[in-house]
Amino acid sequence: MTLPGASQLPIGAVVTEPGSTRRNTTAGWRAYKPVIHDDRCVRCQLCWLYCPEGTIVELRGVFQIGGRKYDVKYEVVYDYCKGCGICANECPTRAIEMVPEVV
Amino acid sequence: MREALTSNYAAAYAVKAADVDVIAVYPITPQTTIVEKLSEFVSSGELDAELIHTESEHSALSAVLGAAAAGARVFTATSSQGLALAYEVLHIASAMRMPIVMATPARALSAPINIHNDYSDVMNMRDTGWVIYIASSAQEVYDTVIQGYRVAEGVNLPVAVAYDGFLMSHTLEPVELNDEGEVAKFLPRAARPHVLDPRRPVTFGPLVSPDWYYEFKYQQVTAMNEAREWVVKTDVEYGQWFGRSYGLVEGYLLEDADYVVVTYGGAAYGNARAAADLARERGVAAGVLRIRLYRPFPTGEVVKALSGVKTFAVLDRAIMFGSPAEGPLYKDVVLAMYLHGVDKPSLNVIHGIGQRAMYVRDIYKVFQALREGPGRGVMYMGVRP
Repeated sequence: MTLPGASQLPIGAVVTEPGSTRRNTTAGWRAYKPVIHDDRCVRCQLCWLYCPEGTIVELRGVFQIGGRKYDVKYEVVYDYCKGCGICANECPTRAIEMVPEVV
Repeated sequence: MREALTSNYAAAYAVKAADVDVIAVYPITPQTTIVEKLSEFVSSGELDAELIHTESEHSALSAVLGAAAAGARVFTATSSQGLALAYEVLHIASAMRMPIVMATPARALSAPINIHNDYSDVMNMRDTGWVIYIASSAQEVYDTVIQGYRVAEGVNLPVAVAYDGFLMSHTLEPVELNDEGEVAKFLPRAARPHVLDPRRPVTFGPLVSPDWYYEFKYQQVTAMNEAREWVVKTDVEYGQWFGRSYGLVEGYLLEDADYVVVTYGGAAYGNARAAADLARERGVAAGVLRIRLYRPFPTGEVVKALSGVKTFAVLDRAIMFGSPAEGPLYKDVVLAMYLHGVDKPSLNVIHGIGQRAMYVRDIYKVFQALREGPGRGVMYMGVRP
């Protein structure tokens, strides 16, 4: 892909299209990926709260995990997760495991 | 209308004439009387502007940067340590292409603390991507601040208007003030390429990866070349409107000069002219070249002015420690000559550091030194070694 040259870009590095950052996925930044073990998750919401990139999403629904029933579930948006590991560090039940990315 | 004004008041009157919207201020000698005067203008209602008292020069420049991003016409002023503190924002303002105009009465840098004039503060900003004028009279300060808005808003770059701290900033001179209605017509408010506006959201100052950064630096290189054209065009048009223009460089007795002193600012230029007069009385073909536009450097004009002379000296008022020759303007002049294949013996004279008195007789001695032999190297004048 040929990137635009200096004369084709908006001056001063202004981003003129709102929300266009979504096109820049940052999955490639990861060395480790967080994997949520849902059976150990107590739905405390700390991973969702602490994620600096907002890449933990809270899904609504009915989720039957073993003998327990929950109305929320957490998932990682891997397109944007940079693999910082804060979620795993904060998780009080060690439900999030950082797994090496394999190329 | 003719008034007796200091260069600082001349700058304030020009800002009023330019009808700026936002002024951010933080006091520092010798700049303070500019923003004091502007404060009076705002409080009396003569100037309808937001005057923001910030907690530092870093914040003052950041505040006007933000206001400029929102489309306002802005002004700030600082000197010496204040300019040094704002250093980070100097780069950001030029790279974000903000049309800020800043007055910079030049002052020596600490340590030791010295509130008086030299150009060590302004020379430190020479590579920050700002258009830098160095004026040599209160009239020129007034005219250049007004011209500065046209250039800044034309090419989308910040403009600094420098001049001698104290020697000019606090010295009364007669200044012809323009009709402010005419200035308003000379400085129409044009639509800016991008402004912060919630109805049309954009992002200013994003993070970019190595795939993108260099292109924005190259945009600044291009913009600097365009700025040179804007400065020329604006100066010519200003002359047509208001009867005064200056060019990028100014010559004194240059036409038939064999020996030339190249310099900048008020005191050095004034004394160099007096010294050239003295040398002429004694039969020496002396002349003076003043650099008015320091960045972008007027390479072609300088080479043209110096090509025909026997030898020249560059009188610098700042020191680049450890450089092959310690004068910043000297480096630019010699490089400009070299790039055009002109090799001439030349001297670098460092004088007026921390406002050490520069006498006419000192500069006369420079003309004598040029005449006595093709010198090369750096002459430290006025110092007790």
